Amino acid sequence: MARTIDTAAQQIRTASPAALLRRRIFGHYGLLFGIVVLATIVLIAAFAPLLTAHDPYTQDLLARMKPPFWMAGSDPDHLLGTDHLGRDYLARLLYGARISLAIGVIAALISGLIGTAMGVAAGYFGGRVDLVVTFLINVRLAMPVVLVALAVVAILDGSLQVVIMVLGLLLWDRFAVVMRSSVLQVRDLEYVNAAKAIGCSVPRVILSEIMPNVVNNLIVVATLEMAHAILLEAALSFLGLGVQPPTPSWGLMISEGKQMLLFEPWLIAIPGVALFVLVLAINLLGDGLRDVSAPENKG
Amino acid sequence: MSETATPPVLELASVTKTYQVKQGMFGKPKPLHALSGVSLRLNRKDVLGLVGESGCGKSTLAKILLGLEMPTDGRVLVDGREIAPGERRLLARRIQPVFQDPYSSLNPRKSIEDIIALPLLVHGIGDGAAREQAVTRMLDLVGLPARVRRGYPSQLSGGQRQRVAIARALIMKPEIVICDEPTSALDVSVQSQILNLLGDLREELGLTYLFISHNLAVVEHLATRVAVMYLGQIVEEAPARDLFAGPRHPYTTALLESVLTPDPSLSVPDTHLGAAYPNPISPPPGCRFHPRCGKVRDICRTTPPPRVEGPEGHVDCHLYSAAPTH
Repeated sequence: MARTIDTAAQQIRTASPAALLRRRIFGHYGLLFGIVVLATIVLIAAFAPLLTAHDPYTQDLLARMKPPFWMAGSDPDHLLGTDHLGRDYLARLLYGARISLAIGVIAALISGLIGTAMGVAAGYFGGRVDLVVTFLINVRLAMPVVLVALAVVAILDGSLQVVIMVLGLLLWDRFAVVMRSSVLQVRDLEYVNAAKAIGCSVPRVILSEIMPNVVNNLIVVATLEMAHAILLEAALSFLGLGVQPPTPSWGLMISEGKQMLLFEPWLIAIPGVALFVLVLAINLLGDGLRDVSAPENKG
Repeated sequence: MSETATPPVLELASVTKTYQVKQGMFGKPKPLHALSGVSLRLNRKDVLGLVGESGCGKSTLAKILLGLEMPTDGRVLVDGREIAPGERRLLARRIQPVFQDPYSSLNPRKSIEDIIALPLLVHGIGDGAAREQAVTRMLDLVGLPARVRRGYPSQLSGGQRQRVAIARALIMKPEIVICDEPTSALDVSVQSQILNLLGDLREELGLTYLFISHNLAVVEHLATRVAVMYLGQIVEEAPARDLFAGPRHPYTTALLESVLTPDPSLSVPDTHLGAAYPNPISPPPGCRFHPRCGKVRDICRTTPPPRVEGPEGHVDCHLYSAAPTH
């Protein structure tokens, strides 16, 4: 009698968590849109040399300021026209996607590592560790990111590496805050206590019991910070303190087009739209991931 | 007390646990005595039921036994040998937990198989194939069909989850299982199944249980000895049949009276306890139970009660002290 199971529970629901997740992803159009657009941009960045015959650095002073294809006087050889130095705008846009993505991914990775380590340590160990980490987070939050980034880049001279490092070392605050509170929620649950009572070491408890249950939040923050880093790079480049010319960067393209704002608005509109679409896709992806992985809509 | 030649398999010797509770931002932290001088002996193959109200320190006691908390003072002995703070892994091989809430005691991201095999993995016992066999054996032992092994906790019912938790606790072949209210989160119909399972497994594997519960009916079902806890102290300990037949401490009497009967016409029993559970930060002077005790005397308000040893247990109460002041 004791060994038989209640009949109602006899049938196990067939849907595994993985299957449920798949079903939720395909029912979420914002997420699908974000994935498709982001994947397209990644592919474009990866295969940029195959998509255009032009070199983004080659100047042609005889073919300056050619308008894009929808305007009168456009050159079929330059679909999106040329900039003030006669460089092909499409090529610069495609190669610029590489810079934006590289900055977004690497900066989010660096800040993610820093912030996650700090947040998990604070949440798990509590006490003094938590006090120190909370203090560091507060110090970081009191610093204006753009001003600090401007100052550092001004001292060290702008380059791709410097911009990535500065952003990576500045944007960890949200990772730390979110990870700290996520771990705080999980660390006193009974399965964590069970793992400790079983004799698991502290790294095993953190890596195999706690992290899998908070990694959703981590991914969401990572996407948001990626978008944040891309926008900050564009802002720094626009101010002339980010990526330096002639590197093709969307922020730099906007900056170089700003003198012509009233006469050739497409010079700003094209990289602006590209930046907007990329950040929108990343944000939709992050939002969608949060919706899909939130425990409250377990179906 | 029945003294045997072999030491008790698990013994707590005047264990005290104090937490510092912060009083606002500038207040000095005050000590909260979750356990004050608790001594317990657990003999082999005994089922010691530990009962008491919420907040009396039952779960703190379980955490100390599992090595999740360190006692502020006092000693924990296994087979008469003291357990040093660094020996938690050793402790884990012999003492395993079954927790209260099967909905939070299983990691939702892991398959049933991985959850049950985790203790073996952590202690490096057996290779992959041996662990797989052990999981199959444990699933059979706790009465779960073999196909749940690839499932996840969210696919199981509460009773099934608790069976998984029991399987995880028993896979290391422990001697002692600490059951912290293992049935209180389950439906009544499932409770009896789990209790019967625990009872059968005890006979089959020769286990020793520390069975923590606030539900006296559950304790009566399984326990061979019962310890009653009030505000961090053991106020009475006796063999189960003696305690249920003739409770001695007024608190035990009140607890027994509080058990709901199936007869609705009797309505909710009156325990005469009142609703106020004292604040453990500032426990009452004298006997800690005196503000709620129906048989309170003057001495109870000033002097902590002595421990009155009986033939097979003890009770901490002035009513039974050697020189009865009437």
